[in-house]
Amino acid sequence: MISNPFMSPAAAPASVPELDEDQLLHVSLGPQHPSTHGVFRMNVVLDGETVVSLKPVFGYLHRNHEKIAEGVTFLSSMPFTDRLDYICPLTNNWAYAQAVEKLAGIEVPERAEYMRVITAELTRLINHTAFVGFFLGDMGAWGTALMYAFREREKILDLFEELTGARMMSNFMRFGGCRNDLPAGWAAKASTLVNEFPRFLDELENLIIGNEVLIARTQNVGALPKEALINGGITGPMLRAAGVAYDIRKAEPYGIYDRFKFRIPLGTTGDCYDRMMIRFLELRESLAILRQALDQLPEGQFINPKSKIRNFKAPVGEAYARIEGPKGELGFYLISDGSTNPFRYRIRPPSFINLTLLEDMCLGLDLADVVIILGSVDIVLGEVDR
Amino acid sequence: MRVPALIALVLGSFPSLGLAATDKPPLLTGESLPRLPQRLVEMALEALKAPDWLVSLASFATAAGTVVAVFLSAFALLSLIERKTLARAQNRLGPNRAGIFGILQPVADGIKMLTKEDIVPTKAEWFLHLVAPVMIVIPSILALGVIPYGREWLPVPLELGLVFFFATGTMTEVAVFIAGWASGSKFPMLGAMRAISQMISYELPLIISALSVVMLSGTLSLADIVAAQSGYHLGFIPAWNILTPWGFVAGIIFLIAANAESNRCPFDLPEGESEIVAGHMTEYSGFKYALFFMGEYLGLFAISGLGITLFLGGWQAPLPGLGFVPSWFWFFGKLAAIIFFFLWVRTTFPRVRVDQLMRFAWLCLIPIALLTLPVAALWHFTANPDGSNGVLSWLLCSAILAVPFIIITVIFNRRLAPSLRTYHYAE
Repeated sequence: MISNPFMSPAAAPASVPELDEDQLLHVSLGPQHPSTHGVFRMNVVLDGETVVSLKPVFGYLHRNHEKIAEGVTFLSSMPFTDRLDYICPLTNNWAYAQAVEKLAGIEVPERAEYMRVITAELTRLINHTAFVGFFLGDMGAWGTALMYAFREREKILDLFEELTGARMMSNFMRFGGCRNDLPAGWAAKASTLVNEFPRFLDELENLIIGNEVLIARTQNVGALPKEALINGGITGPMLRAAGVAYDIRKAEPYGIYDRFKFRIPLGTTGDCYDRMMIRFLELRESLAILRQALDQLPEGQFINPKSKIRNFKAPVGEAYARIEGPKGELGFYLISDGSTNPFRYRIRPPSFINLTLLEDMCLGLDLADVVIILGSVDIVLGEVDR
Repeated sequence: MRVPALIALVLGSFPSLGLAATDKPPLLTGESLPRLPQRLVEMALEALKAPDWLVSLASFATAAGTVVAVFLSAFALLSLIERKTLARAQNRLGPNRAGIFGILQPVADGIKMLTKEDIVPTKAEWFLHLVAPVMIVIPSILALGVIPYGREWLPVPLELGLVFFFATGTMTEVAVFIAGWASGSKFPMLGAMRAISQMISYELPLIISALSVVMLSGTLSLADIVAAQSGYHLGFIPAWNILTPWGFVAGIIFLIAANAESNRCPFDLPEGESEIVAGHMTEYSGFKYALFFMGEYLGLFAISGLGITLFLGGWQAPLPGLGFVPSWFWFFGKLAAIIFFFLWVRTTFPRVRVDQLMRFAWLCLIPIALLTLPVAALWHFTANPDGSNGVLSWLLCSAILAVPFIIITVIFNRRLAPSLRTYHYAE
């Protein structure tokens, strides 16, 4: 009854007993459940506490985002993209702006590119620290790690508030640049934060990565082989944890990422522990990028003066632009018929596609493992359901 | 037989209940303060020329009422202290709106719980659904009755106090299972099954580690166990069981098993919030839900009190020359320390998985707990005539305990829990 070709030998049960249908427990985990990260639902069939089948049910947070975007102008969709992955709005903004720029062939001034890199990497810091907190929360550590992570997140959100006027719903990017310039002294404040951040990281790593309970809970849990992940279209830290060196910042450098020196941390097994550790290591690489970007930040224009804000029309054509979002490959696919609205607007959300292999990862494991595997995928339901 | 006579017969079967305390110390000293209500009731009834059985009954009721009152206020206080402690560990402030430092928060919580709607699911067995939370509170209160809190403060001096304690403690498991089963829902059912397996598994190390104390004290009476730990070695080291090789190991096992027995993190699987919502409490609301919390906290007090009695010398002072402080002060000081330890663990550890939990109990705790029994016997037989133990006895007992401990925790554990990893980078 259990068929999971991808399951690692360590996690696979020695023999699959014949299951008596009467003895199985059908449980609906969610949509109201403390650790489904929103309104996600899993229809789980349990034998005791072992997962026999798991069917994800999406769509409780469906907002018709893609269809709405076809009915409004290009720029009107920008605030909507904030609501996709609400933990990291600025990378969403960037991916969308990039798609439109590609479609309309708009040049981006250098200072704006630097601002985009800085905000995107700060967003990555937020996402990965918050991930560690939520992950430990899924494991039952009751918010302690989350509160430590959120203390640092607050500092970054303060920077965002000063820059964009909003802590989370930033609506900051424009086609051809950013909405406004960096406020006076902002870069210095960001530098201070970047210099102080490693101390917090050391503290968090000290507290977390050597914990025996955490190691016992996460190692050899939810691992899939590389081939399965690649076939499933998995991207982001989940893929790199399995040892595949695929980072769009390196594979297809967008913006000005080819100017910075940074490395891609790689795991070996791809289990939940590796997924967490890869994020820890990526945080350090993001800090390296931030340091370089803040040092090199040039003077100049923050938006291309030729780009039109009002009555913006993209030429007929199509474009797909993708960035390495904190959760994986975030892509926007646009078709324009020459009018003010996109003809087709489509998002490739990393959370949603990373979630498709959830059943393969969970089969044969414990109910408690399902929760941390879901946590290790790092989803935001705003992006999954759109 | 008339009812009063029956009550008198039942009460008379307790050796030294209420009035039977023959020597009467002064009414208002620090030491006898907790017994003041009981003594006042006795004096008032005697002045009214009430029959003996009535005096005895009233005295008993007042003694029980004192314990309940003390621990219900402690429960209210702990619910605040727990939130404050967790908040402190998590860079938060905790409740601070109701009264100064949030001191009125328990009152507000109580009012909220009382005024909430009491929901009984349609598929629930309504009677069992009602009985379970009550059943969970009563054993905890009963267990609190047999613990000696001070030199003169022992509500029910049972000869078989320890047996009574564990017997009542077992009732909690039944109540938890009833709660899970009667709710007619799946998360409570899962929680109840987890709770049953966990509590039965952890009751074994709990009882075995307590047995070693019983062996050396030669009694099941908790008051006598405290008395057996009186005195000081070398004039200043208290003769508590925790300060012996076998007592140290048994005490730690007791602490861990007690943590699991009261379903607290990292062993809070039965109510594992992130997995099965709230376990057996999922379908409860209002005051029934509050009763579960009350039962949990009272059980925590009871089991910590038992641990103090067995291993930490009960109400004995930690240093000689501190006799002027009331003995119950020391008991509650130790209780506060142990409870704080539980809170500290709760705020720092993730939860273990079911199989790891079971493996830990059966492959680690129970073997070591069993080993403390022969070591305790060895300790007894290698003692000097005056009751103290020489260096050789210390070394021998420690070595016998240390070797299997190292084998189990280091070698065995290394195979089970893989260690830290190294990561490489791609340019």
